[in-house]
Amino acid sequence: MRLETTLFGAVQALRLTALRFPEFKKRLREHDAVVQLKLADNSVGRYIEFRDGKISSRSGIHPAPDVSIFFKNKNIALKLLSPKQDFLFRIDAMKNFKMGMLGPDDLTVWVNELVSLAQSMWWKQGEDMGDGVTRYTNNTNGGPVNVFVKDGKILRITPIDFSDSDPATWTVKARGKEFSPPRRASVAPYAIASKSMVYADNRNLYPMKRVDFDPNGERNPQNRGKSGYERISWEEALTIVTNEFKRVKKDHGPGAIGLSHGSHHLWGNVGYYLSAMLRFFNNIGFTRVHHNPDSWEGWYWGAQHHWGHSMRLGIGEVTGQVEDILKECEMMVFWSSDPEATNGCYGAYEGTIRRLWAKELGVKFVHIDPHWNHTAALLKGKWIAPRPGTDPALAQAICYVWLTEDLYDKKFVADRTTGFDEWADYLAGKSDGVPKTPEWAEAETGVAARDIRALAREWGKRKTYLAAGGYGNGFGGACRTATGAQWARMMVMMMAMQGIGKPGVNFGNMQTGAPHDYSFWFPGYAEGGISGELAFTGAAVNAYQRIPLILSMNPVKQVVPRLQLPDAIIDGKAQGFFTDPTCKEGQFIPFFYPAPGHSPIKILYKYGGAQIGTMPNSNRWAQMYQSDSLEMVVSQSIWFEGEAQFADIILPACTNFERTDISEWCSAGGYGHQFFTQLNHRMIMMQHKCIEPLGESKSDYQIFLELSKKMGLGPVFSEGMCEIDWVKRIFDGSDVPDLISWKEFLKKGYVVVPPEKEELRAPRAYAWFYEGRKKDIPEPHPLPADYSGEWLEGLGTQSGKFEFIPNSLKKIDDPDRPALNRYIPSWEGTHTEELLSRYPLQLMSAHSRYSFHSMGDGKGTSLNDIDDHRLLVDGHYYWRARISVEDARSRDIKPNDLIRIYNDRGSVVCAALISSRVRPGIVHTYESSAVYKPVGKPGASTDIGGSVNILTNSRSQSRGSSSMGPNATLIEMEKWNPAMAEAAE
Amino acid sequence: MKKWNLIVDVEKCENCYNCFIATKDEHVGNDFPGYAAPQPEHGHEWVKLHTFERGEMPMADANFMPTMCNHCDEPACMKVAENGAVQKRADGIVIIDPVKAKGQKQIVDACPYGAIYWNDDLEIPQTWIFDAHLLDKGWTKPRVEQVCPTFAIESVKISDEEMAGRAQREELRVLKPELGTKPRIYYKNLHLTDSLFIGGTVIDGKTDDCIDGAEIKLIKGGQEIAQTHSDCFGEFKFDGLPLQEADYQLEITHGGRSAKHECRVSSSAFLGLISL
Ligand code: SF4
Ligand code: SF4
Repeated sequence: MRLETTLFGAVQALRLTALRFPEFKKRLREHDAVVQLKLADNSVGRYIEFRDGKISSRSGIHPAPDVSIFFKNKNIALKLLSPKQDFLFRIDAMKNFKMGMLGPDDLTVWVNELVSLAQSMWWKQGEDMGDGVTRYTNNTNGGPVNVFVKDGKILRITPIDFSDSDPATWTVKARGKEFSPPRRASVAPYAIASKSMVYADNRNLYPMKRVDFDPNGERNPQNRGKSGYERISWEEALTIVTNEFKRVKKDHGPGAIGLSHGSHHLWGNVGYYLSAMLRFFNNIGFTRVHHNPDSWEGWYWGAQHHWGHSMRLGIGEVTGQVEDILKECEMMVFWSSDPEATNGCYGAYEGTIRRLWAKELGVKFVHIDPHWNHTAALLKGKWIAPRPGTDPALAQAICYVWLTEDLYDKKFVADRTTGFDEWADYLAGKSDGVPKTPEWAEAETGVAARDIRALAREWGKRKTYLAAGGYGNGFGGACRTATGAQWARMMVMMMAMQGIGKPGVNFGNMQTGAPHDYSFWFPGYAEGGISGELAFTGAAVNAYQRIPLILSMNPVKQVVPRLQLPDAIIDGKAQGFFTDPTCKEGQFIPFFYPAPGHSPIKILYKYGGAQIGTMPNSNRWAQMYQSDSLEMVVSQSIWFEGEAQFADIILPACTNFERTDISEWCSAGGYGHQFFTQLNHRMIMMQHKCIEPLGESKSDYQIFLELSKKMGLGPVFSEGMCEIDWVKRIFDGSDVPDLISWKEFLKKGYVVVPPEKEELRAPRAYAWFYEGRKKDIPEPHPLPADYSGEWLEGLGTQSGKFEFIPNSLKKIDDPDRPALNRYIPSWEGTHTEELLSRYPLQLMSAHSRYSFHSMGDGKGTSLNDIDDHRLLVDGHYYWRARISVEDARSRDIKPNDLIRIYNDRGSVVCAALISSRVRPGIVHTYESSAVYKPVGKPGASTDIGGSVNILTNSRSQSRGSSSMGPNATLIEMEKWNPAMAEAAE
Repeated sequence: MKKWNLIVDVEKCENCYNCFIATKDEHVGNDFPGYAAPQPEHGHEWVKLHTFERGEMPMADANFMPTMCNHCDEPACMKVAENGAVQKRADGIVIIDPVKAKGQKQIVDACPYGAIYWNDDLEIPQTWIFDAHLLDKGWTKPRVEQVCPTFAIESVKISDEEMAGRAQREELRVLKPELGTKPRIYYKNLHLTDSLFIGGTVIDGKTDDCIDGAEIKLIKGGQEIAQTHSDCFGEFKFDGLPLQEADYQLEITHGGRSAKHECRVSSSAFLGLISL
């Protein structure tokens, strides 16, 4: 009896919703169908008839329903139909045939959506601000935001200021002062520019097909990038794509579908590439384009062998630094570290205020960077500008001074490290006859020996923080060059000599280590989202248990290294090494493309932004897209930018402001564990669907659902849920319900996680190691088996100690990565004399400041108007290149002149920004243009879009790795004029 | 009567452009009748950023500063406006009426700060309105302040007397005070944009090492005008000197040794190595 009441109740809910919401009524009219709900043995049943938008229902069993939903017995039915879902029970019922759903995908998914909407349509979202304005919230790569919407249009996007009802903030007492961060969330420029990104003039608004691409006839791959597009319907686009999926799977077998995506995406745990995208592609099988650890490189391939931390890809612990710096630190050495430009990663300007505290306390700053970067400009201090890529030599000379003048922590070295004698012999020149004196380093680096000595002495005497990379211990241009692994290795070796973990002696630049509640759990975007992927996301850590969903798995074993993707497609073969966070040895294992028994890639599915601007030697990428070994190229993207111009089919995706999602600000999870450490306050964000998708664009989730439906995988993909249901499922599985109700969360849009109680604050990084205790840092790393001694004892190295000569590197034979970290000059730099004679300038392509990589760049956004980002000349926004006064003078280049920067790999036109902040001999620019605009043949002519990676070398830092080194690039430059463009055609 | 003022600290501005972008976000595509018509998508810089680079490697610095309509108490723009197109509000804010100002290009030219932009499509002069439309709705601060990461921008609504007191206490300055326009945008540390520095490195002539703690006196026209010490890199810097050509002498002493140095500078200068 109760079951019948429940079934009847469900029908009533549909009716009521239709009465109240016209949109729901519209959805009802989409199909006419009879839907049968019943027990499997037909003992109880009710069927609902949808006709012309009307609902009628009758108890009993229909002879020929269009959709049939059955439950094995009454108990199962009652549990599954109850409004409060037990997801473990539900997925068990689905997987073990305790329930089922029969019918065509478009009907079954539609019925699921109706049932879901009958609940979610009643949820009130956002705050009414009067005057017809609703304030929603959302989240971005550059901070959480309020979104003011009127008449279905975004009015403004602002940062979030806290209210009195938000929890109290933290205070650190140090040196007689009290420090407490502002009660607000800061934002990066690309967050505030979001509205202009949403309404950008090059949005993909409709599905498109390249005019001379005919899947049933001539495909004309050679015309990709040239032939133009025609609008097609979604139905046509989805049919072409899924028919091709089916065809290549049948004709060629596993591996024929290749999937390529960027390193980031618009924010959100449901819509992320590690979420909805993986869920879909796992269900159809794909060749993974395997990402090198692009931001980590030197730390991953180098540093981790000395100190472990494989599960953070080689970067270190992240707690306690803020308090330690405020209380103890006397000097901070920024080395290839520009957090004011890079915002750490996703951290907006949260660390800025803390760095200003350090300044207020009189902490001394040193900036080692060939560019007087933005952090240096704000904080001021001593500028040391080495020639790019020579940094390891500079570091070795500092170590030499420490060694010869007794300025290192001998007790720490004796008790906590191994291999120091061999290292000391190398520094002293005993093993190779060359003492690594400051004079030796001066010749190499261009930094005066006296400066090196002065720095080494000051450092050896004062409690010093080493800010290596934008994150403080990780990232940064010096880890992305030929000597990147050497540099990152030197950074950790220096800290080992100085006794890391001692009060005031650590890694950091105030970007990490705020006193958060580190045990509050909300999944970061890399914790798998809705993917169900256990191996290639961080789901196994927590999300797997906390947010149960049906696991998915890609059965295709073939993998292609991203850096060699063009080689794989054009030459048909490639070799790579894994980015494997589970242990430090995973990276030694090579993989080959094509894999035995697999098909080469026939379809390349490109998801998301402009990779052509961020991958080295990008002319090769343009050539790849025109290769006839690719039978179809699909681009699922929001904007017509970067390499979208090479696609045969374009599927228009919408931004995160046009779909619903949920997330924590600045939280990655996976190997970006505890990224939120950068913030002043942890914030969990509702990402409201603020406006309807523009044109015919759809959310990534919706696109994958539509594709799934055509593959007969609709309910498998959706698990019977809508996007908003996934959002709630993540909310419910996290710790957020302890802080705020779902109803309130939907309305207010965010919740601030209260900071940790003072007495429970996470300890200072490495204090345990310095003091010889078991590890007490709140991180679940490394895996138990990666400890050599007892659990929690020592670092994740073979010896458990810091290893100056790593055991792991002793066991491999990579000529560019010897166990003894001797200085090996760059393979493209001041020692490559023949090349240097033709290309005397060194190109630095740093992480962009105003756009988030390619996000926000191009597209006609307001960021284009930033003089330091692009410059408008004759109707075109040119990418900026910063050059020294001297180099400009010798080449007769005037401010804002267009210049062609070039080498054997290609040429790019930029607008010159002549600056005294650049070391002569350097051209400083950003790595991530969203615009690729060749003046002639794509892949073989000058680019005026600003994709400077056309000039960079795709060679790996070392032969036994897949590691990029784009900052090892020699170029020349000259004034450019449009006549040269014609000549180049 | 409390009125709005803005205080911009040049030392804290880091050129992040958030204030610039937020102003575009507020006005591009949005019409606020009575306050401002939509800003064109590109070209206008109602809030404009300026970079001031000084010195050279290894002693260079870069300072930044936003400028915008100064909401002058004696607005030059208002003087040339016809039919009351420019209004001074009781709270100090100057508004160019988007309807009444149509066709009045002379308003653009009248502003001695170049703060007004001509909207070609709408044929109106436009400038930054201090977010008057938001303040009137209860906002407590303009958006430029809300987005600034370093608190380089602070808006204050206080009486003119209080503001004058604060300006004096904190050594705040306005732009082009000589024009008598009486701006309501004040700047702190403005010397970083309109003064020069002299710096150098003191080294030990025998060991070639940097000298920490050398005493350096700066002398001009026979008068000692400043004194400082070198840091651990041997570096010293005298900042805030007038941005004019002048002769200076330096006297450097340390541990019984001394040296003299003379220079003529007209812009920030790194004197290089000074050997003792
Ligand atoms: S927001 Fe603040 S720091 Fe950024 S440019 Fe404007 S004034 Fe300068
Ligand atoms: S700054 Fe220019 S536009 Fe603004 S009030 Fe003064 S004179 Fe008028």
